[in-house]
Amino acid sequence: MDKHSAQHITAFHLNGHVVEVEGTPGERLSHALRERLGAKDVKIGCNAGDCGACTVLVDGAPVCACLMPVQQAAGRKVETLAGLVKADPHATRLMDSFQAHQAAQCGICTPGMMVSAVALLRDVAAPDAAQVQDALGGVLCRCTGYRKIIDAVVGAGAAQPSEGSGDVGTTIRRLDGLPKVTGTEAFGDDVAPADALVVRVIRSPHAHAGFTLGDLDAYRAAHPGIHSILTAADVPGLNAFGVIPGFIDQPVFAVDHIRFRGEAIAAVVGDAAIMAQLDLDAFPVTWDPRPAAMDCTSALADDAAQLHPGRAQNIMCRGHVACGDPDSALSRADVTVEGRFTTAFVEHAYIEPEAGFATYDGTRVTVHACTQAPVMDQDALMQILAMPRETIRIIPTAVGGGFGSKLDVSIQPFLALAAMKTGRPVRITYERTESMQSTTKRHPAQITMRIGATADGRISGMTFDGDFNTGAYASWGPTVANRVPVHASGPYHVPDYRATSRAVNTHCVPAGAFRGFGVPQSAITQESLFDELAAKLGMDALDFRILNALDNGIPTVCGQTFDIGVGVKQCLEALRPAWDAAKQDCAAFNATNTAHKRGVGLAAGWYGCGNTSMPNPSTIRAGLRADGTVVLHQGAMDIGQGANTVIPQIFARALGVPVHRLSLLGPDTDITPDAGKTSASRQTFVSGNAARLAGEALRRAILSHVNAAPDAVITLDDGQVSVTDGTQHFTLDLTRLDPNPAGYVLEVNESYDPPTKPLDKNGQGAPYAQYGYAAHLVVVDVDLALGRVRPLHFTAAHDVGQAINPLLVEGQVQGGIAQGMGMALMEEYIPHRTENLHDYLIPTIGDVPPIDTLIIEVPDAHGPYGAKGLGEHVLIPTAPAILNAIHNATGARITQVPATPARVRAALKEAGHA
Amino acid sequence: MGYLVAASLSEALDALNKGNAAVIAGGTDWFPAMGTRPLTGDLIDITRVPGLRGITRDDNGWRIGGATTWTDVIRADLPPAFDGLKSAAREVGSVQIQNAGTLAGNLCNASPAADGVPPLLTLGAVVELASAYGTRRMPLSTFLKGPRQTARMPGEVLTALLIPDLPATAQGAFLKLGARQYLVISIAMVAAVVTLEQGCISQAALAVGSCSATAQRLPALEADLIGRSAADVLAAGATLITPAHLAPLSPIADVRGSAAYRMEAAATLCARALALTLKDTSHG
Repeated sequence: MDKHSAQHITAFHLNGHVVEVEGTPGERLSHALRERLGAKDVKIGCNAGDCGACTVLVDGAPVCACLMPVQQAAGRKVETLAGLVKADPHATRLMDSFQAHQAAQCGICTPGMMVSAVALLRDVAAPDAAQVQDALGGVLCRCTGYRKIIDAVVGAGAAQPSEGSGDVGTTIRRLDGLPKVTGTEAFGDDVAPADALVVRVIRSPHAHAGFTLGDLDAYRAAHPGIHSILTAADVPGLNAFGVIPGFIDQPVFAVDHIRFRGEAIAAVVGDAAIMAQLDLDAFPVTWDPRPAAMDCTSALADDAAQLHPGRAQNIMCRGHVACGDPDSALSRADVTVEGRFTTAFVEHAYIEPEAGFATYDGTRVTVHACTQAPVMDQDALMQILAMPRETIRIIPTAVGGGFGSKLDVSIQPFLALAAMKTGRPVRITYERTESMQSTTKRHPAQITMRIGATADGRISGMTFDGDFNTGAYASWGPTVANRVPVHASGPYHVPDYRATSRAVNTHCVPAGAFRGFGVPQSAITQESLFDELAAKLGMDALDFRILNALDNGIPTVCGQTFDIGVGVKQCLEALRPAWDAAKQDCAAFNATNTAHKRGVGLAAGWYGCGNTSMPNPSTIRAGLRADGTVVLHQGAMDIGQGANTVIPQIFARALGVPVHRLSLLGPDTDITPDAGKTSASRQTFVSGNAARLAGEALRRAILSHVNAAPDAVITLDDGQVSVTDGTQHFTLDLTRLDPNPAGYVLEVNESYDPPTKPLDKNGQGAPYAQYGYAAHLVVVDVDLALGRVRPLHFTAAHDVGQAINPLLVEGQVQGGIAQGMGMALMEEYIPHRTENLHDYLIPTIGDVPPIDTLIIEVPDAHGPYGAKGLGEHVLIPTAPAILNAIHNATGARITQVPATPARVRAALKEAGHA
Repeated sequence: MGYLVAASLSEALDALNKGNAAVIAGGTDWFPAMGTRPLTGDLIDITRVPGLRGITRDDNGWRIGGATTWTDVIRADLPPAFDGLKSAAREVGSVQIQNAGTLAGNLCNASPAADGVPPLLTLGAVVELASAYGTRRMPLSTFLKGPRQTARMPGEVLTALLIPDLPATAQGAFLKLGARQYLVISIAMVAAVVTLEQGCISQAALAVGSCSATAQRLPALEADLIGRSAADVLAAGATLITPAHLAPLSPIADVRGSAAYRMEAAATLCARALALTLKDTSHG
């Protein structure tokens, strides 16, 4: 065995240079590239070939670096994105094209996409969309909906569309876009120093069990290189975390019993090489499995084990909104419909698993991690560590997708505790299965609705009862329970309404925040039943919705009215041309096809931006340096959606300077004030307003120095700030101004908190200062014999009030639709069974059809320049539109998602198809 | 614990014969199966064994070497009988997986949903296994014993797939049913190879995957097809397929679909795969 390479060095060409690496036998090439050769542009999303993020070229052929032993690379040519963009003309063109099309949102899949695209372009100079789909089919993206990626690759050889000025309302490239396409963006797993210790978490393999830890000292002694083992005993403060006061109920480490599969009981901290070889299954623990209640029905049963004291029947909380008299309205309705709908756990499936590192200097702990909510992370660590805020610093890394789940802490407590216990830098990266088992999901829902209408087509009574499986711990379950009754009417005028919701604890992974907070689940029910109701009335589904749509001056189910800004009718009207055309096209297709049928469906949605009747201020800081630089402290987390571009565009408009003149800083809790969480479609609205106020304040400060009029023009140039006021021209003498300790001669800090009012016991009040509105239309093809559904085309109308950057709007819409499609057709997280990205399916580049985005701008009274939030709206109408299209095509009504081929086929048979 | 890049087959077999060693080629199944568990034995890399990769033919038929990748199959110049195998190759995972993964690895991994098995069954593939003690051959259907179980002994390497010559007019087809495009494990899949003589079926082979512990040929259906005219078969569609034809199948219910759905889908896919072979055949 002289060729054994246990101690052997593997040499190969990496991006044109000969490298030598001493990997362990069978070490993944991806690991060697990242950890031994510093090629952090190779991203790891799954370590199983399911996501393609780690795609590299080996002798020109794309392969998953996670599936190749490093020894197999010996003597071969390995190319990664960072090398390709320096040397390959195709990669250079793709860099430009990806930025111009905003084909990179969070950027975590971008290296895999671009490397795959380089291989394609070397073979095919001008590929069409189908060729791009075949070539990039092995790389998953969760942000973009893929269409911009297809456009970017197809258009790589063409001249790129020109940018706008950067003013509000114009498309510019992402201000933070370049590192995403060069492989230099630093995500959670890319930032730890080489000598950092590694943390791995010991988790429960059972859904419900007691446990006893064994002899940890002996275990540690038997494993040299382990520095520490952390358990509940090592938590100096509160051994619990959560996001809502009164619902801080999830232990950092379980003490003696666990409530879901994947719950943490301990963490091992050790040298990286040792930890990579550690068999976690041998950790000394004895389990005592107990019966588990895995759904609402079993958890509500009289004999079910109680998960938490004080929550009778495992009901964690309830929500309720009522107005008018729904029962009598239903009784006088000419037609009524009723339905029960069921949805599944949905996994966020960001391609970046949770990762980060932490340090401790004896006084302060600093956590670098991917997060949607740095200040909430600080809040959680203050309690867990029993340390004051100023001793905890959160420096968010780039975030490879979040969609709600990275609002909660995951790795942060482990990192902080391990850094403090060992005094060494520590790092952690979740394995894909660990991420899926232990982080939050979308709530499964069981919803019953009854809706009536009078013969003239007006809604007459609506009742809603929804049970939401919130899993073992609270997370954002209370928010879901509150939000759903407010939104379950849809964006319609429903004078007689009652909605109740319950969040039920079960022995499942905690359900939390996921794009829409329960509203997508309720929209499936309400929008499906609207089609049934329209059919019973003999009305066109679009006309029926427009007739009942909310409008300015018409109260919501919470009794709130808006004088301006209600844009749902405009969204629905905008779909009419596509609706009329699609009905004709489908009829023509169906007249000549028997094996496949096509149908068109639509649905509308709304979403209140920001917290429900609760304060949620954002603060934005900015300053002018003596050298004439305007610095914007941008603390609104960009998780791919574009806050790093939108917030500066708003600030620049308010200040009255070109956005490209700004210097951006942050996020970092030491330097960026709290811009709140990236959640609830609030950043453009709330932080955007804070940015507007900050820009206006800095503008006032500058103008007041030269006594210029409010409409004077500010010019930043060559280290000078000048002001032109009519025919007068001033230059600020910055040297005469004293810089503050931060180095600013002028500094502003401005906050904005949306004006809301509390809800009374019937949910009446003003829960949100602003809603955004949406309507989607989709044409689907149904294979009758197999039940396979393929969306063929979407048209999506979104009222965003004022598009700050229209291409970013399109990106949000397309990405949301892809997630809505996944929820509708394929995504179902089942503990124990779909804990990886080959059993849990998300849409690929071959699944998402062309999407037309219609941007509707009905200005909002409060939003910056009229802008409204968008992040959640993009997903809410998608699934019901698909279900309505299936019904339109086949007459089969799907009441359980995902509508897998097997479920659709069963429904088709029930509807009378052979 | 070591990594041997075998320079010859005998070197690989000698190393394997010493025990506590695993064979690795494309790695596309090996790494996911390992997960985060540490390696405890030796790894023997057979991808650089001379002559083990590639598709060749001799007087009796075709030989697909044990280190041949899916991409190699897609790019090979093969007769229409192999169209099903090529089609399956294009649907294995993704381009990344096709570039690394091997047909032999797909067989040794023995997943009930292995994409390569139905088309290879319809081609009458024979498996060649080599060990330090010699070489033996057996039909693929004998080699596959059950989920994750094969007839391969610990000291053996799957060195080749041997495919007997088929009539030049034999036409292959493959259909895979999944819940998405690309990167998908099939709910059901069907491969077919059909030969027409003067408009009538003279030879037929159909195999169904993901609907039993190992993919199965459908001998009763194949027998019933002999002598039928292409026009008849196309006109009959799925009504041609009877429960007796599908008797070799015993699908399970899992997250991808129910047992009943799989049976129904298998019948539909059989009819559609047959139609593909008949429509693609120039010698009608």
